[in-house]
Amino acid sequence: MSPNELSSYLIIGAILFALGLFTVLTRRNAISVLMGVELILNSANINYVAFSHFGSGNTDGQVYAIFVIMLAAAEAAVGLAIVLAIFQLFHTIDVEAAQTLKD
Amino acid sequence: MNVATAVFYLIAFITVVSAAMVAFSRNIIYSAFSLLGTFMGVAGLYVFLGADFVAAAQVLIYVGGILVLILFAVMLTHRITDVAVTNRAAGRVPALIVVGVLVFFLIQAIQETAWVKAKEIVYAPTSAKIGDLFLEQYLLPFELASLILLAAMIGAVALSRKEIKD
Repeated sequence: MSPNELSSYLIIGAILFALGLFTVLTRRNAISVLMGVELILNSANINYVAFSHFGSGNTDGQVYAIFVIMLAAAEAAVGLAIVLAIFQLFHTIDVEAAQTLKD
Repeated sequence: MNVATAVFYLIAFITVVSAAMVAFSRNIIYSAFSLLGTFMGVAGLYVFLGADFVAAAQVLIYVGGILVLILFAVMLTHRITDVAVTNRAAGRVPALIVVGVLVFFLIQAIQETAWVKAKEIVYAPTSAKIGDLFLEQYLLPFELASLILLAAMIGAVALSRKEIKD
């Protein structure tokens, strides 16, 4: 582990991915699931930027990371709006409670 | 060990510990605030990787936008008094075993693979290069992303407004 090695960044990314996956797997609270997804997206971004810095040497990886950040913002906005709509309808944000498509 | 290495260890520690708090905390408010540490730590890692623009975008969009949205959603969907709700789909122990095996193999693969190395590692301002790439090579994805953001904004407004029936 040192700041000048590719593998240290990849290991941090792997740990973040694992923790995000754990969050997605164990929570039924929809907002917590979204937080886990954000962790996973961040781990992917670390890998993109690390490979762009140590591997290719050009900035394409950083451009992809910015695209991921943009889509994460869109995903968070729509996801949380859906969560609020579900909460108004069912008065819970348990993802297993929202089973009906139409009332 | 020089100062840069120590700061790197500190940032890595903050990132991983905050992410662990997000994953293991029983209080959703603690989870949401721990996400702040993770996002800031990841921005610090971007600085170590020489990606100044991405680090600034990370702080602006993740910490300034997404985290505030998540906190709003937490505050709006829970009464503050009964936030200690733990919901479990898969049990913690099976999930921990699966994730532990996964991270073991991932780290082994990372250390055994001979990664391609750049000829020279440069630390230079990246904003101009990223701007050129956005407006030349990645022009179509860039415009599509703006369309998606517009659609997401309209969709969020349409989903979250109150339905008025007459």
